[in-house]
Amino acid sequence: MGKVTGFMEYTRETPERRPVSERIQDFFPVYIPLSGESLRKQGARCMDCGVPFCHTGCPLNNLIPDWNDLVYRDRWHDAIRALHSTNNFPEFTGLVCPAPCEASCVLGINEPPVSIKAIEHAIVERAFHEGWIVPEVPEIRTGRRVAVIGSGPSGLAAAQQLNRAGHNVVVFEKADRIGGILRYGIPDFKLEKGVLDRRLDQLMKEGIEFQPRSHVGVDLSIEVLRRKFDAVLLAGGAEHPRDLNVPGRELKGIHFAMEFLTQQNRRCAGDRVGSKNEILATGKRVIIIGGGDTGADCLGTAHRQRALSVHQLEIMPMPPEERAPHTPWPQWPLMLRVESSHEEGGLREWSTATLRFSGYEKGNVARLHTTRVGPPPSFEPIPESETELEADLVLLALGFAGPSKNPLLNQLGISMDSRGNVATDANYMTSVPGVFAAGDMRRGQSLVVWAISEGRQAAHCINQYLRTIR
Amino acid sequence: MERSENNNALPEPQGLYDPQFERDACGLGFIASIKGQASHEIIVKGIQILVNLQHRGASGSDPVTGDGAGVLIQIPHRYFERECAKLGFTLPLPGEYGIGMVFLPVERHQRLLCEGILERIVHEEGLAVLGWRDTPIAADSIGRLARASQPYIEQIFVRRAPGMAQETLERKLYVIRKRTEAEVERSEIRDKNFFAIPSLSSRTIVYKGLLLATQIANFYKELSDPLASSALCLVHQRFSTNTFPTWQLAHPFRFICHNGEINTLRGNRAWMEARQSTLASPLFDDIKKLFPIVMPGGSDSAILDNVVELLYMSGRSLPHAMAMLIPEAWDGDPSMPPAKRAFYEYHASLIEPWDGPAAIAFTDGRVIGATLDRNGLRPARYLVTNDDLVIMASETGVLPARSEEIRFKGRLQPGRMLLVDMEAGQIVPDRKLKEDLAARRPYRQWLTENQTTLNDLPDPPRWHPTDFDSILQRQRSFGYTREDLQMILVPMVTQAQEPVGSMGTDTPLACLSDRPQLLFNYFKQLFAQVTNPAIDPIREELVMSLTSFIGSQRNLLDETPQHCHTLKLSHPILTNHDLEKLRRLSWGDFLATTLPMFWRPDGGGRELERALAGLCRRASLAIKSGYTVLILSDRGIEQDWAPIPSLLALTAVHNHLVREKTRTQAGIIVESGEPREVMHFALLLGYGASAVNPYLAIETIGDLHRKGWLPEGMSLEAAVHNYEKAINKGLLKVLSKMGISTLQSYQGAQAFEAIGLNRSVVDQYFTGTPSRIEGVGLEVLAQEVKTRHDHAFSAVSEAECELESGGQYHYRVEGEYHLFNPDTISKLRHSVRSSSQETYREYAQLVNDQSRKLCTLRGLMRLRKAVHELPLDKVEPASEIVKRFATGAMSFGSISKEAHETLAVAMNRIGARSNTGEGGEDEERFARDPNGDWRRSAIKQVASGRFGVTTNYLVNADELQIKIAQGAKPGEGGQLPGHKVDEVIARVRHSIPGVQLISPPPHHDIYSIEDLAQLIYDLKNVNPQARISVKLVAEVGVGVVAAGVAKAHADAILISGHDGGTGASPLTSIKHSGVPWELGLAETQQVLVLNDLRSRVRLQTDGKLQTGRDVVIAALLGAEEFGFSTAPLVSLGCIMMRKCHLNTCPVGIATQDPQLRKKFEGQPEHLINYLFFVAGEVRELMASMGFSSMDEMIGRVDMLDMQDTIDHWKAQGLDFSSILYVPPVPGRVGRRCLIPQSHGLEQALDYRLIDYARDALETGTRIEIKLPIRNIHRTVGAMLSGEIARRTGSGGLPDDTVRFHFTGSAGQSFGAFLVKGVTLTLEGDANDYVGKGLSGGRIIVYPPKESTFSPEESIIVGNVVLYGATSGEAFFNGMAGERFAVRNSGATAIVEGVGDHACEYMTRGTVVVLGETGRNFAAGMTGGIAYVLDETGEFSSGRCNRASVDLEQLQEDDIALLQELIRRHHALTGSPRARRILDDWRQVLPQFVKVFPQEYRRVLNMAVDDSRKASQVVNG
Repeated sequence: MGKVTGFMEYTRETPERRPVSERIQDFFPVYIPLSGESLRKQGARCMDCGVPFCHTGCPLNNLIPDWNDLVYRDRWHDAIRALHSTNNFPEFTGLVCPAPCEASCVLGINEPPVSIKAIEHAIVERAFHEGWIVPEVPEIRTGRRVAVIGSGPSGLAAAQQLNRAGHNVVVFEKADRIGGILRYGIPDFKLEKGVLDRRLDQLMKEGIEFQPRSHVGVDLSIEVLRRKFDAVLLAGGAEHPRDLNVPGRELKGIHFAMEFLTQQNRRCAGDRVGSKNEILATGKRVIIIGGGDTGADCLGTAHRQRALSVHQLEIMPMPPEERAPHTPWPQWPLMLRVESSHEEGGLREWSTATLRFSGYEKGNVARLHTTRVGPPPSFEPIPESETELEADLVLLALGFAGPSKNPLLNQLGISMDSRGNVATDANYMTSVPGVFAAGDMRRGQSLVVWAISEGRQAAHCINQYLRTIR
Repeated sequence: MERSENNNALPEPQGLYDPQFERDACGLGFIASIKGQASHEIIVKGIQILVNLQHRGASGSDPVTGDGAGVLIQIPHRYFERECAKLGFTLPLPGEYGIGMVFLPVERHQRLLCEGILERIVHEEGLAVLGWRDTPIAADSIGRLARASQPYIEQIFVRRAPGMAQETLERKLYVIRKRTEAEVERSEIRDKNFFAIPSLSSRTIVYKGLLLATQIANFYKELSDPLASSALCLVHQRFSTNTFPTWQLAHPFRFICHNGEINTLRGNRAWMEARQSTLASPLFDDIKKLFPIVMPGGSDSAILDNVVELLYMSGRSLPHAMAMLIPEAWDGDPSMPPAKRAFYEYHASLIEPWDGPAAIAFTDGRVIGATLDRNGLRPARYLVTNDDLVIMASETGVLPARSEEIRFKGRLQPGRMLLVDMEAGQIVPDRKLKEDLAARRPYRQWLTENQTTLNDLPDPPRWHPTDFDSILQRQRSFGYTREDLQMILVPMVTQAQEPVGSMGTDTPLACLSDRPQLLFNYFKQLFAQVTNPAIDPIREELVMSLTSFIGSQRNLLDETPQHCHTLKLSHPILTNHDLEKLRRLSWGDFLATTLPMFWRPDGGGRELERALAGLCRRASLAIKSGYTVLILSDRGIEQDWAPIPSLLALTAVHNHLVREKTRTQAGIIVESGEPREVMHFALLLGYGASAVNPYLAIETIGDLHRKGWLPEGMSLEAAVHNYEKAINKGLLKVLSKMGISTLQSYQGAQAFEAIGLNRSVVDQYFTGTPSRIEGVGLEVLAQEVKTRHDHAFSAVSEAECELESGGQYHYRVEGEYHLFNPDTISKLRHSVRSSSQETYREYAQLVNDQSRKLCTLRGLMRLRKAVHELPLDKVEPASEIVKRFATGAMSFGSISKEAHETLAVAMNRIGARSNTGEGGEDEERFARDPNGDWRRSAIKQVASGRFGVTTNYLVNADELQIKIAQGAKPGEGGQLPGHKVDEVIARVRHSIPGVQLISPPPHHDIYSIEDLAQLIYDLKNVNPQARISVKLVAEVGVGVVAAGVAKAHADAILISGHDGGTGASPLTSIKHSGVPWELGLAETQQVLVLNDLRSRVRLQTDGKLQTGRDVVIAALLGAEEFGFSTAPLVSLGCIMMRKCHLNTCPVGIATQDPQLRKKFEGQPEHLINYLFFVAGEVRELMASMGFSSMDEMIGRVDMLDMQDTIDHWKAQGLDFSSILYVPPVPGRVGRRCLIPQSHGLEQALDYRLIDYARDALETGTRIEIKLPIRNIHRTVGAMLSGEIARRTGSGGLPDDTVRFHFTGSAGQSFGAFLVKGVTLTLEGDANDYVGKGLSGGRIIVYPPKESTFSPEESIIVGNVVLYGATSGEAFFNGMAGERFAVRNSGATAIVEGVGDHACEYMTRGTVVVLGETGRNFAAGMTGGIAYVLDETGEFSSGRCNRASVDLEQLQEDDIALLQELIRRHHALTGSPRARRILDDWRQVLPQFVKVFPQEYRRVLNMAVDDSRKASQVVNG
């Protein structure tokens, strides 16, 4: 398979980012896709390993060597079949996945790895373009009904799998639109919402029923649901944001990142965001606390809203520029990552902890009091390193701590695990018979690729379960 | 050779030991008076021959008990006349009575019972008993073990009926013997095991026993009596693989004695039994009296004797019988006269060849002769004297003969016969003999009128095209995976050959896999090792044949035109079109019918069994109704009708018909969707199918073609043709690795071992196939089919990918489990790099704990805990344990210099051993580096290619390892592609950069066990300090082979598992040959202990050893040492890319690409860490088991158990009791190595040579000495050479410093490994292997000056001369045997005639042949030059194999070189032929042909281009 010497002949190429000056003017996608020919070369770099670590590095176990080869051979239709066989939504992962596959690519031991993510994205885009992605309506209906609560990547993947197995699936979503984090969490410059809509179109045509604005446990009784459906899948995500309980937290102008990001996504979707709760970075000195992906999304969004300045604080020390020795290949490397948003400006501060906020009389935040800290896990403050940062808007991007405090889970009386997530057995079933859980709700905050994987696994288990009940 | 089933004196099967795998090899010979003049002197000389062949035999743990020896002579009438008179009865005239040599029970009553039966039968057959005579023997002249098992030996004298012709008397005696043998066998007589009738004839008598050659004349006193005289004396000396007392297994038998091995025995025996029902002859009143024709429990030689006897007694001449059973290679030889070809072709329809290396001497008392197998794999030399004696033996020089008395010296050629007709008083040359046979009947006309081929059959009106709509579903039902398509079919179609892979296999055995497996996967191919050679099916294609015949067989004892009324198939793969021709076949007696092989999958195993029974019933019925071709078909599966596994359906029907005795009346063809890869076809054919139509594989190719997966522009026809070709090539390889050359003998030979099938399945459907650990039954097999079938027929949405991924070859999460998977590889990698014992523990846990994923047999074992655990500090330190570790043989060439040297440095640092592999070693590594590191490999491998095996290489070793086989591809050779051969590798391997290098499948100096003994002796001579080890691969019977190896004086034996292997190998071989080391090691330990040989050898094992637990299990099963390859490579950075064969290893290990080599990051510390982690784990386990030292642990099988909680759906049927068996021997029998081997070096002539040469060695004084020499002086010059190399390295001494001049017949390996500065001149002749491994020395051989025969027409040196020579010169004034200069890589040689396969695999050097050559000259020759004097034009027209060489006119520099060489040849040998050529130079010169390898030319041209470019650059 593949071109045997491809990895020796071609160098790694990845999609280019649009110039910073241009892209911060809009919310359009940052990346310019690679051409077909250069993609084939990138596919040719795949070595078709006897033990493809990418394939296990990928939570979905995508058949990466297989479709790399198919792209090299210009067999795009076969490629999308192979890709879809493990991944319902490669267009999402192809855009937003941090690509653990590339981190574990064997070529990456001593060369830049294969551009797996770019190839994945190209395959699915090509397939949409060619009209190969059409609804696949099941030939036989089983008559079983499954309710999926939550329409994020996990819920959607489960819904599609279950529907294709012939079950009738209804997806309940508390928000006004379907998509969960894909819709309201990820900025448009990373994931244009048209990408989501075109997939939802397929799902609907396959026969999946969507019920937005249906907050199960609030608008709708879970008991009714359980009666009406043979199985219920909880896929509500991990929406409960981690807070920063330091003095001054109650000051105005301190928000959770997700509130900020959701508002911008709504604006991009053409919604009007009421001025009362509006969170805008325009003309402000913005501080983002948290150095992860959400923080980066806030960073990019703030720049696009023309913030006066942006600081991003991270309590961890600055990682090395190359893979840290304690995270050897094929592990996910600890290393300094420069996302597109980081290129666009702002200052990143490392080993920095926030001690307290102080504000103006009228209650708005004015400054942060920070200190330098030592390494984890103790994060000992370094004496006499305290300093102050001026701030008009503080965004907390400290991650999430389990599912949102939701009456649904209480109503079900479901067991939780030690980390505050919904507990299940090996078959994704919760302590309540017939009720399953998947995605961040079960696993805790994680990647889109894991959400899809969980959704698929749960669907498989639900399918097995439905065979056993009368 | 012997291979015996359940022979009397051998132990019963026990544990993993089964006597049916016993083998032996031997020396044989005869002397006869051409004019038939009997004398006592002939017997004396015969025995002298035997004594001089003694080194070809062996003794066991009791050095004075031989493996067996015997003589056959004419009945010495005058002696018996006198003796019988003493006993009170009178013998009639010669020819009017017969004498039986009878072995009887010692206990009197039992003996009388046997005698009674014999006497009664004599009377019933109308003859009279004249009397009995105690054979006078001297029991105290033989060994202790021999005495203990000695039968009572009597002679019976039987008188003919009045007026009875001698022919009739002989036939009667035959009937009497057969009836008596059968009746005693059926009787209840307790000691019937002693009973045997070595001979009962009016012409000949056999004296044999468990004797050494020197004992026979003393033991059988009458042989020394001057009155005892005979005109012939046939002798045989045995070397068996055991030490068990077996008097009957000694040769000669009644008509033959045999040196070699019948590889196809199981098939030959089964077919003989099957055709018994059709036997009829007017010469016998009731043919049933002869049944069973084939003696149960007989060895292969004994059975062959049975069949020869049957054919002879029913009217065929002995030469006719021999030519039928052991035919020449007629199929691939276009130069064979048409009438002779017709003779063989006709007889091929009667009986399949008895295939294998064989030198057979035969006699009926009136004629005596010998014949050789088609490939000439055993030596046989003869000479004719002026006083009309013929002396034939495995060696020359067995009888001293004055050179002026010799009329002719010759050798037996492949497939040829030597016959002395003593009644006519003449030698019948082979040509005349065969002409006479061919003229017996109008065979060609019979064939033309009665035989047909597929091409002659009418086209069918229609045939099945590809059904694209259902193909996916059918592929699923038959278990196709994407790998089958992408990794098996596409490569086969594209390249017309089998795909290649690397890094061995690490997936579960079929019986442990969670996934449904094809029945095929439960079987492993057997392969030849040591006791017979594998064949190279590409370079020695002329002996191979895929021809087979369909049709009902007729009475073997008759000879009619109807006998060849058969359908001849040129190969066994049928296209859909071919099959329809057959299905509609109605021609002559041919009539075909199709029997569907389906079953209802819902009914489980019971339903499957019912379906099989039904199928068998229908097959019987079809035969009764007159159908002669049965097509078993699974075309047309449906939801409710699943396919029966094709192999199961076939073997059910085959065995049923064999039991019904109707099998030979019909051919069976399998039409199935299941077979697709080589192994599948090999199994179907090996279990008796005549041909196979793989319709789904063909349709799949159609589908791939339609979808554009095949190379652009390839037509579907071409694609299918390529596929057929790939399968056929693969089949040839499978046959040849077993040493079988014709498909016809492979069919039904069941050359397989099953792993994990239970007894009831094997007994019913695979009768006779070894299956040693029980396993699954029909229920599981049914479940596996059902799972696949359900998968195919349950609704699946479009989104699911069509076929499962497979994951057999490349790891996939959804596919098969692999021991080396991302988890284990990364853990191992991290542990050694971060020196983390903790991470290693996690790794080991993943490998060792197979509770969730079963993979290996050892995974199912449990270690017993000691009652009192030892504290860890009481256990042998890890630094001692690691000294037992070795890395596997990975050649410099297959892996990079960096990787190879890192392995060596690491192993040397910790006192363990690395292995050079087969590619030699750079001499700069022999000295230590300034920092103290040593890049020298302690183990130097000697493999079949002998690359870089110089004397200096051999002396720089602690251990010399003879690689017989390797786990990834036992029975196969190898190739190093040209692009991997760079300057350095070429230098080390003594070849030319860029030229591909081929390792032959066998060692050409090991075709049998006594040959191995010779090579061990050779190596021990060169380097007496090194221990000699022999590497074998686990398969059923390996224990028996190992016992033979131990008797051949190996110091250590390595048993490799099937799963090992880092190099490139065909996928079929990686997956389907060899068995796990657990089985092989346990078997070896048990057999060695049973034979009391274990205490003389060290055992090592390897094959995907990964953890300390693996090591401990190996130790408990009997290993003292442990080899690792894959894991060390992983520790140095290997990530199981499995691309070793492509030179693209991305971590710089298995590559020679300079850019990629830079990426190598492994450090010696990584490997050292790994081995110490393993040793640490070993210590912890030892502590828990209460062992303080490794030595205590070895062979303690009692500390092993099987996991008792296995509830795996397949594994629960397994039973390890045979692996865990402990032979019941007394405590004094050692279970580990305690005694050093005695190599018998003391007698070596070289001690004297070294003494003579001492001055030369020390001061460089030139010396010249004259000495006599005999054939018992073997390996002359090697020890001297080793001594010189140790002092001077590869430089040697100045030319001609040491000169020895010998007169006489030199023993084997004359001048082996001779170094520069030494010249050996031999006036006389020499045996096989002259100049083996020549390393710069000079060898000159010419006939005695006073001899009268013409030297250029006489044989002067034996077979396999100059094998693996790297430099030096040889001048032979006479002809050489087969395989002259095979694998020559640098020597210059002149010879006056050569046998078949000369210059095979040659890579460098110069060979001049001033005379005739045999066939297949220059096969696989890739370098060097040969000049051949082609006076008749035959060389150019057919003798030279031009696949890899061109024939050219000589250029000017060629002419100068040639003339100079011939001049020197004349000067050194006095060759009259050289003189004539030089005298007539202008006339002779044009008849010389230059043999120029194409590869060599390509590389030379490239070099010219390069230098031209370079000079242009300079000029520019």
